[in-house]
Amino acid sequence: MSITREEIKHIAELSRLDLTAEETEKFGGQLDLILKYIGRLNEVDTKKIIPTAQVSGLVDVWRADDIREWDKEEVRAALEQGELEGGQIKVKRVL
Amino acid sequence: MKLNELTIQEARAKLDGGEISALDLTRACLARIKEADMEIHACLSVCEPEALAAAAAADIRIKAGETGNLLGIPYLCKDNIMTKGLKTTAASKILENYVAPYDATVIKKLKEAGAVLLGKTNLDEFAHGASTESSAYGLTKNPRDLSRVPGGSSGGSTAAVAADMCLFALGSDTGGSIRQPASFCGVVGLKPSYGRVSRSGLLSMTSSTDVIGPLTKTVEDAALVLEIIAGADERDATTATEAVEHYRQKMILSATDKPLSGLKIGWPKEYFLKELDKEVAARVRAGAEKLKAAGAQLMEVSLPYTKYGVPVYYLVTPSEISSNLARFDGIGWGLSKNEAKDLQEFYKSSRGAGFGAETKRRIMLGTYALSAGYYDAYYKKAQQVRTLIINDFQRVFEKVDLLLTPTSPHPAFKIGQQINDPLAMYLEDIFVTGASLAGLPAISVPAGTVAAEAGKSLPVGAQLIGPRLQEGLILKVAGILAATEERHAK
Repeated sequence: MSITREEIKHIAELSRLDLTAEETEKFGGQLDLILKYIGRLNEVDTKKIIPTAQVSGLVDVWRADDIREWDKEEVRAALEQGELEGGQIKVKRVL
Repeated sequence: MKLNELTIQEARAKLDGGEISALDLTRACLARIKEADMEIHACLSVCEPEALAAAAAADIRIKAGETGNLLGIPYLCKDNIMTKGLKTTAASKILENYVAPYDATVIKKLKEAGAVLLGKTNLDEFAHGASTESSAYGLTKNPRDLSRVPGGSSGGSTAAVAADMCLFALGSDTGGSIRQPASFCGVVGLKPSYGRVSRSGLLSMTSSTDVIGPLTKTVEDAALVLEIIAGADERDATTATEAVEHYRQKMILSATDKPLSGLKIGWPKEYFLKELDKEVAARVRAGAEKLKAAGAQLMEVSLPYTKYGVPVYYLVTPSEISSNLARFDGIGWGLSKNEAKDLQEFYKSSRGAGFGAETKRRIMLGTYALSAGYYDAYYKKAQQVRTLIINDFQRVFEKVDLLLTPTSPHPAFKIGQQINDPLAMYLEDIFVTGASLAGLPAISVPAGTVAAEAGKSLPVGAQLIGPRLQEGLILKVAGILAATEERHAK
């Protein structure tokens, strides 16, 4: 199965990535090769195999449901990275 | 010997004996960075004033009689780990001006221990790569041969340790990113068990395998660093709750000539294929002989699903990346392309301009694997084969205590050799993805050198893989494996 140029454009759209014409061309061939290589997984019979979800071995990690204040200066430093207006993070119009 | 060339243990003795100060040590490292890093480019940023202040503070603590493994020891940190008040770029344009608002848990622990942060090191963008060539800020060269890559993605940290710019460095290992460069640069690289070290403050790549670990000049130094950075953390719910061991103490051998007596070491036949460089295989065999001489029993074992490690990894990893990197949307922090007309265009132009080629490739591969109609065929299939890979390890660890393998199928390759061949780059990870997918601890130690062109020689690494949370045993055996090779392999 080969990935068409249209499919690459569709995947880029889903990925929210602008691609240049050159990138679209190059990635198509590269993803094709990678997916062909990955296709060797189809040799493996996995009918009764449970997919791995995690490897920590932990189950139900709990902590007390209490509110803790984060350091104020660190909060300020985090917020100041973006564009602010009236203390709020500015975003593009959605509608 | 220059102070920056000391191991942690050697420096510790001199610091505690009052022979040198943490300031002397820090100045020596900073001078070495200035002298060598124009050429090698291991560092993305150096925080000299902060480092000198931290060293002076450590000297006061030492003078007051305080002791500690890392008190006054200078180190460098991979630039995908948050360091409060300092730039943390992940070697990406999208985070070019990002200043971390808080410290990662490992950085907090190192600060409390009195270690001295010198700066941040280069990596493949967002740790996506095996050569450090895909950094947005230029590649890093291998100090052992400047025409070659240092490996990756923790190539900056590894090159810095190999070039004595620091006494140790932190890296992160998602599918070999500590071990493979350690092998290429002739240093020690430890990937702890998944969850042994907190990931809080590590920029997420593949959350199901990411782990932070040390790059050091000796195995003993790796034990000293792990003791400080390991442990449960309420800010990372995947951290193991088991007590952190005294790894350095566990390395002390019984006073016999057969300290590994009774220990069984597996030699997985699937790791010794025809693709493996013959000289590399010979070096790992020589390592096996050392372990035998110390009383260990070597036996051939089989991990039949080994060959599916790379294809599984390159589905699981891009899938998690496509999800984890969705947070870089140009809002709140990072690169913003404000000229866009609407929100969709804003996302696409900010991300399109901010991410480099390999990161885009991985996001797209993952988005494809997770998209409607392909999920079962790709992502679910990969997680099922991952189960079989994990089962392989479990079965084998019923018979043997540890596994001995090569770290990489060959020594460091030439800069530019395979940057345009992503599949060849992925195959670099052939011997290192297994332990990552199964969450197991593994170490790469120097195993001597092999001949390269024009009479040059290049370091290669041997890898030990152990059962979950068996870092103590791995370090003990690695100490014997690396004896006579570490540091002197230059």
